[in-house]
Amino acid sequence: MTSLYEEMAPTPADEVPVRQVTITVNGERRSARVEPRLLLVHLLRQGFKLTGTHIGCDTTNCGACTVLVDGTPIKSCTMLAVQADGHDVMTVEGLAGPSELHAIQEGFKEEHGLQCGFCTPGMMLTSKALLEENPNPTEDEIRWALGGNLCRCTGYQNIVKAVMWAAEKLGDGAVSTAEYGDGEVTA
Amino acid sequence: MLKLRFASPEMLVDINEIPDLAYHVRDPDGAIRVGALCRHADLERSTLLAQHQPTMMGAAPVVADPIVRNRGTLVGSLCHADPQGDWASVMMALDASVIAYGTQGRRSIPIRDLVSGPFQNTLSYDEIAVEAVVPPPQGVATGGYLKLERRVGDFATAGVAVAIDRVGDRVVRAGIGLTGVGGSTIAADDAAAVLIDGSLSAENISEAAELAAAAARPHTDHRGSADYKRQLIRVFTRRLLNRLTTAGEEAA
Repeated sequence: MTSLYEEMAPTPADEVPVRQVTITVNGERRSARVEPRLLLVHLLRQGFKLTGTHIGCDTTNCGACTVLVDGTPIKSCTMLAVQADGHDVMTVEGLAGPSELHAIQEGFKEEHGLQCGFCTPGMMLTSKALLEENPNPTEDEIRWALGGNLCRCTGYQNIVKAVMWAAEKLGDGAVSTAEYGDGEVTA
Repeated sequence: MLKLRFASPEMLVDINEIPDLAYHVRDPDGAIRVGALCRHADLERSTLLAQHQPTMMGAAPVVADPIVRNRGTLVGSLCHADPQGDWASVMMALDASVIAYGTQGRRSIPIRDLVSGPFQNTLSYDEIAVEAVVPPPQGVATGGYLKLERRVGDFATAGVAVAIDRVGDRVVRAGIGLTGVGGSTIAADDAAAVLIDGSLSAENISEAAELAAAAARPHTDHRGSADYKRQLIRVFTRRLLNRLTTAGEEAA
């Protein structure tokens, strides 16, 4: 059991309302006791130590905090942790398999789709949702889908190429390695 | 609102887990009803809107950015009452209402009466908005939405919603809503009135564009000067109306 409250606040627990949440994160069921005001991104980063999800603008603009909730990209700096209770969350840590990168990660590597890497987790998760809905997107469709993810390094060209690379690889019948077991773990 | 410390409620009720509110439907009489949990993304992908409601269809893909559209809702946007929100001017142009539900039962609030100021609505503390209702068109519903934004996801520098119902060439109902050019969403009623019971002639379109620009109350800020924004309203109104004319359709 992770009690984020204890980590983040010095006051005794009985003075602050606490809720228990249970979220499936990257295929594992995890529970935590959280303040109702805690943002999902903070639970992921500080509570579950999944620091691949980044906080960029903190105002729902930049998309660095993008995660998939029930397969849909959302900005986790604008969702409360309690709102994810009972739902399925995927972070960038869930993309790679035990020994192999996800095709989208490979694409970013092959096409130099990142420089500083700060926006990359969000870019990749939005791309994953796009490719699941539309396995053969055009360049315009990729640019449209990534409109909510900002990058200050690459000028986007290589990010778009990386997604096209991944689409091609996945289209070749290459199987995604990011399949989870049914393991149930309480942190 | 919470993160910016504009609001600090003692209790927040999350409606996301309430079932059966994610719909958008068209009634037999042509009215369109949008449930409180219908996301912008649902409307953006809607074949129903693509067939029947061009003004809403014009706005759905330009609200915020694609990720925000997965989570945000039309009804939420209306209640949020941001003067720069896109849906408010669209719904104003369409003469829509919001259905509030509370301990006293249901009531219908015309969109013009929903907003009492920037970020303030007229819902009672024991009510929630459950649905937005666009009345049936009086004839064929035509129109569109144009918005200038500095980048994807930014609020409108300025935006115009036009909703025109026509029987043949004759305009039987007209509504024009302006986004981002005042302390609240503006209904350009004088501009719309010029069009009613006439055709979309070049003179009528010019006059409506001038009156829409005159109705705007823009301020100079980091998104542009007041004059620039007023000019945008003029150009967008004219452009939207021109598109609805036969010549515009042929050009398109």
